[in-house]
Amino acid sequence: MSETPQKPDTDEISGIETTGHEWDGIKELDNPLPRWWLWIFYASIVYSVIYMVLMPALPALPGMSSGDSDHTRGVIGNSERANVARDLAALDAARADGFSRLEGISIEGIEADPQLLGFVRAAGQSAFGDNCGTCHGMGAQGAIGYPNLNDDVWLWGGSYDDIRTTIRFGIRTEHEQSRYSQMPAFGRDNILSFQEIRDVTDYVLSLAPGAAIENADAVARGRTVYAAQCASCHLADGSGDRAVGAPGLIDHDWLYGGTRDQIITTIERGPFGVMPAWEARLDEGMIDALTAYVYLLGGGESADPAE
Amino acid sequence: MTHNLIPKMVAPGVQRSKAKAVNAAETRELYEKRQQIYPKLAKGKFRLAKWIIMILTLSVYYLVPFLRWDRGADLPDQAVLIDFAGRRFYFFFIEIWPQEVYYISGLLILAALALFLASALFGRVWCGYACPQTVWTDLFITVERLFEGDRNARIKLDRSSWSFNKAWRKIAKHAVWLLIGMGTGGAWILYFHDAFDVLRDFFAGEAPLTAYIFFGLLTFTTYTLAGTMREQVCTYMCPWPRIQAAMTDREAVNVIYRTDRGEPRGTHKKGASWEGRGDCISCRQCVAVCPMGIDIRDGAQLECIQCGLCIDACDDIMRKIDRPTGLITYETDDNVDRFTAGEPPRYRFIRGRTLVYAGALVLVASVMLTGLLNRTELELNALRDRNPNFVRLSDGSVRNGYTIKVINKAHETRHLEFVVEGDPRIQVRVLGADANAPRSLMVASDRTQDFIVYLTLPSDAIDEAREPINFRVIDLSTEEFADAASIIVTGFEL
Repeated sequence: MSETPQKPDTDEISGIETTGHEWDGIKELDNPLPRWWLWIFYASIVYSVIYMVLMPALPALPGMSSGDSDHTRGVIGNSERANVARDLAALDAARADGFSRLEGISIEGIEADPQLLGFVRAAGQSAFGDNCGTCHGMGAQGAIGYPNLNDDVWLWGGSYDDIRTTIRFGIRTEHEQSRYSQMPAFGRDNILSFQEIRDVTDYVLSLAPGAAIENADAVARGRTVYAAQCASCHLADGSGDRAVGAPGLIDHDWLYGGTRDQIITTIERGPFGVMPAWEARLDEGMIDALTAYVYLLGGGESADPAE
Repeated sequence: MTHNLIPKMVAPGVQRSKAKAVNAAETRELYEKRQQIYPKLAKGKFRLAKWIIMILTLSVYYLVPFLRWDRGADLPDQAVLIDFAGRRFYFFFIEIWPQEVYYISGLLILAALALFLASALFGRVWCGYACPQTVWTDLFITVERLFEGDRNARIKLDRSSWSFNKAWRKIAKHAVWLLIGMGTGGAWILYFHDAFDVLRDFFAGEAPLTAYIFFGLLTFTTYTLAGTMREQVCTYMCPWPRIQAAMTDREAVNVIYRTDRGEPRGTHKKGASWEGRGDCISCRQCVAVCPMGIDIRDGAQLECIQCGLCIDACDDIMRKIDRPTGLITYETDDNVDRFTAGEPPRYRFIRGRTLVYAGALVLVASVMLTGLLNRTELELNALRDRNPNFVRLSDGSVRNGYTIKVINKAHETRHLEFVVEGDPRIQVRVLGADANAPRSLMVASDRTQDFIVYLTLPSDAIDEAREPINFRVIDLSTEEFADAASIIVTGFEL
């Protein structure tokens, strides 16, 4: 085995040794690095040690932990959790002024103040998304069984005070001021026969504006059933009664669906929609903002019925 | 470390020698300390130009934040202000909003193209005269010279052992450097807040934390980059020396050593003949004055910032030895070849490369100028609600919700007339509008204001799935208007 001494490859022009690598004729000079690069490396090591002393950094060894923490706390006691809590408190403080201005103000007062209007829309939208969107949808567009809050159809009233009462005490909750009513399950509880339910469905369908009457006999039979069983809540003309949360049956809006099958199912089972009381979960200011937000979705009604 | 790695057993017939590698791995330095450069003070027209440019650029940097420009009440009156809190950039009569940041991109593109053009014409003039790194380094070297003397005195001082004389000079130099660094950092923050206010708050300890952070950061970088790193910044950190090779060519006017005149070089005795030799007398004055520590006679090189100080140094010597000046001069590579061949010089400032750079420069500048001149001070955006897409009301009519964003860049409150163009049967409701003036929108000066608009189409007007509409706001006092096209979705199905 012979050993030929490896002659270092040297760049002709600069006279500097190369690394021996070559890329398409380009070679890399083996120059030393500037020393200050090394100093920066050392400085970063020193920095990391200082950081570990000052900030929470290391999993705690026995004797190093304080309280229930499982890591070192750091000398300056920085805690991201505490920082977040402080930021949230600052946010609450910043919002406090807006919420306090909502106290006792009318919806007209809110609308007239562009700043307050912007505030209730932002605060209300955020609260709506957190608390209401699960059932009513993020755009308050509703779903079967969950009313659409954008339109002008209200079960229990669409004035600012009505909406506020609904949000505070809920619907069919255990709260003593809760709105409460119950539609009988006409089929399940054998109040009406299946034929009678079909007849009254035909009648209800005939109430809709521009509806074509297919079976006049059934409608006539249904009218009798309606007058006996339904008119007390939904009123004789089918316009509904907000005092008991009975929806109008003569508009385009159907809470539980407007097809023949859906109406039959509704009469058969008697729906019992529940909305929680938010008084205990949200503070007054937030309920005000939420009320104004829902009101301003477009369907809010004037408090004075004469208007 | 083992130096003797020669195995004890070798194959028969193999000769061993005890030669030692010069570049042995174990003796090679992996890290090299910066070698101090001691630039000598040059005297001449390029040095004078550098003094003037230094005074001008530093004056601009330190004084511009104090210039005032009246923009009306409630708006800052600082001529140049980058207002992060208010999200505005003010530059004299120009005011830039965050969504107009393309003006800043355009400005950077212009700066880059100007740099390309300058490189193609005159090499690295930016590096040699106007770059902050050059200006501040020059200033720091001036301070160094003030306390430690010129080149030879500095070399002597650095080689001497520590004494009171050396200590006070060094301490004074570093102290003044730090003061200049603090001045640099201090002036920087003036561009981001009202200069007078932040200056007062700064010394009262009431300025924002970011002001102190940037003050510290720029003090540190000025001190290190201009004081201790200097030419290393240009050689190792700056990308421009690498890029400029592609921007310049043999016809660019560069600082150059005229080999045709200078060679063969060598020492010269006074009164001896100049026949058969070059004008370069190897006095090395060009090397002594060079802030980059290079020898210009080696030709164009990466480290050269083309400041022209070697020209001053050489001209000075040429006058002393009674030879024509310009042995080192601004000249093109091609012309040096022509001089060698005995031909007259030729300058072509208008050539393909410069035309392309200048053309691109003019193009970008005119696009920006057109944009700036046609910049409207009233804009309208309409965002249609998509959740829900539309709302059917109890009487069968259909309502759509919109968020209208009116941008008022004017410096006065506007009262705008709001118009919806489209089906005349559309009912318009603007949330929060005054009942007496339901179509009047008020937008404060220099603001973006949102309005919630509800459009309702009666049931008997619904005969298409969607209808186009156009929102318009009109400033009746100035007749300015802005449009935003949208649609109304009806939910109509056949």
